[in-house]
Amino acid sequence: MSNLLKAAELTRYFDIGRNQRVHAVEKVTLEVAEKEIVGLVGESGSGKSTFGKTVVGLHAKTSGTVKFRGETLPQKYRPADFQRLATKMQMIFQDPYSSLNPRMTVGEIIAEGIRLHPELSAADIRQLVAEWLERVGLQADHMSRYPHEFSGGQRQRIGIARALILEPEFVVCDEPISALDVSVQAQVINLLDELKDKMGLTLLFIAHDLSMVRYVSDRMAVMYLGSLVEVGKADEVYFDPKHPYTEVLIGSNPEPNPQLERNRPSTTIQGEIPSPVNVPAGCRFANRCPKVLDQCRTVTPELIPLKDINRQVACHLYN
Amino acid sequence: MSRASLANEAALVLLEVENLAVEFDTYGGIVKAVRGVNFTVDHGKTLAIVGESGCGKSVTVQSMMGLIPMPPGHITSGSARLRGTEVLGRNSIDGKEIRGAEIGMIFQDPMTSLNPTMMIGDQIAEPLQVHKGYGYRQAFDEAVRLLEMSKIPEASKRARQYPFEFSGGMLQRAMIAMAISCKPSILIADEPTTALDVTIQAQILDLMQDLQHETGMAIILITHDLGVVARMADDVAVMYAGKIVEHGSVDDVFYRSAHPYTVGLKEAMPTNDPTRQHELHPIEGSPPDLFAPPPGCGYCARCPFAMQICDTRESPDFFLKEQHFSRCWLHHEDSPSKPDDLYFKGREA
Repeated sequence: MSNLLKAAELTRYFDIGRNQRVHAVEKVTLEVAEKEIVGLVGESGSGKSTFGKTVVGLHAKTSGTVKFRGETLPQKYRPADFQRLATKMQMIFQDPYSSLNPRMTVGEIIAEGIRLHPELSAADIRQLVAEWLERVGLQADHMSRYPHEFSGGQRQRIGIARALILEPEFVVCDEPISALDVSVQAQVINLLDELKDKMGLTLLFIAHDLSMVRYVSDRMAVMYLGSLVEVGKADEVYFDPKHPYTEVLIGSNPEPNPQLERNRPSTTIQGEIPSPVNVPAGCRFANRCPKVLDQCRTVTPELIPLKDINRQVACHLYN
Repeated sequence: MSRASLANEAALVLLEVENLAVEFDTYGGIVKAVRGVNFTVDHGKTLAIVGESGCGKSVTVQSMMGLIPMPPGHITSGSARLRGTEVLGRNSIDGKEIRGAEIGMIFQDPMTSLNPTMMIGDQIAEPLQVHKGYGYRQAFDEAVRLLEMSKIPEASKRARQYPFEFSGGMLQRAMIAMAISCKPSILIADEPTTALDVTIQAQILDLMQDLQHETGMAIILITHDLGVVARMADDVAVMYAGKIVEHGSVDDVFYRSAHPYTVGLKEAMPTNDPTRQHELHPIEGSPPDLFAPPPGCGYCARCPFAMQICDTRESPDFFLKEQHFSRCWLHHEDSPSKPDDLYFKGREA
């Protein structure tokens, strides 16, 4: 099997008291092939970050499984599991300001993971950290500085070095560029791209910037209120969306092209993403969907492959 | 174009900002946040101010609104004239207050910009009571009507709710209702959709455009998202390191970009043109330190077209046509490398 990672019916609920629970991720099945970049898009509250964190074990799984190279990963990680799996799976976080400990030097932050693997001497570790600082476009002597001395883009590079120094096979990038300026976003994306090629990484790229996801990813998965609505080749999904939600999402994405924007019909939909506490019955998008059918309000559509094209869609229109 | 001919136009334009400069005293020294900014806004038009964080776009509009805390801030030079009357350092024009009545403003983060202990309706009614002398009842009824105008369903019920009961998109609508309550001639929107999702962003942008058609107000839209600019703007001012480096109509700036920074921004963004596979070209480096801004062009250190003169002398505004200027030495007639390459990129990128 060429799948590096497979999440099957992965579910994560959060209990919030008084018999209420947030249905953050519900029965998400997603396969990631080796050396592939899968982009995961959706609005805030759609559960994309929770999915990413559950996959790497930062959240326990409520139900469902994650298989990595055929091995079923534990339902809830114990410290030994983290230590063992950290060399295979890593995560890059969204906010480069709060994800670096301000009391640790950059050298300590980057070396923290590798120090848990005690076959290396202190001098080796220093050498490795220095190497990595240079690989991500910083300087070796930045090692003794603290995070507050760096700009947002530089901090994100530190976060990348911290994640990749263990030479993982699979990395979850949770909105790695959304806190950065446009000119710096491209720097970070190109760095990730270059490192991916050199190290043969497999990435799950979570973002809400559709243009960037299309640019970066091989395949794109669209999430709405905890479940996947469409999965397919990134370009195909972007230029020929099948699910009504994907259509709306892509239609709302303003393009940096005034002529195109002037001629584009408005695809605005009313309403907002419902609360994941009281999930509507049937299709989760039904109450906002412009093409809603009767059965959408009662029957939950499954994510099924379409006939003619390589695409999976969860919508009754294609049944 | 000379200053004189600009002055002749002053009678026509709604807002004219000239040579505005703002500084802040800090422990580390003086930050020159805005270093001489000129732009105009016409009646009923939308001007987008684009730039990275820290380039001075918010400070520029805050200084017109009198929202710069002084000290540590001070406006060291310049003027901003609304229909020919100076607004800097004043609170009112002809008895009408500038802040809230002549110019309305909405902010980036609607969650923190509203008072959590006041009902939404009361917050919208407040400017009407302050600026127009409405009684409470009348102001509250008007607030409900404004919420309806902002397309908030069940407005009279919603007006009696508190901010925590609203979602981000709804709060931004409430903020817009508040900002337009006194029928301002200019609405300043400081990154109004940055905190919102794309589908909600589309709703808010539509609402702003509808209201502009209904009321004829001008909009100054501050953003870093070129997609939002393309969708909303009539004119665009590109800011970098406290200065406007390029200003023109949205088509001129996007399709005939005349400043290397504008070209750089466009090349750093993914386009969704299926006919062209284009790579991302990041702008290397980072913006200059505004504690000690460079004597020449602020973009010089990152500019692929930089020449010797760029390092030491500041370029004037070169007008490519009447309403389109670029602050770049490449447009000087003696420039050794004619801006062909830039033109080509400006048109293609």
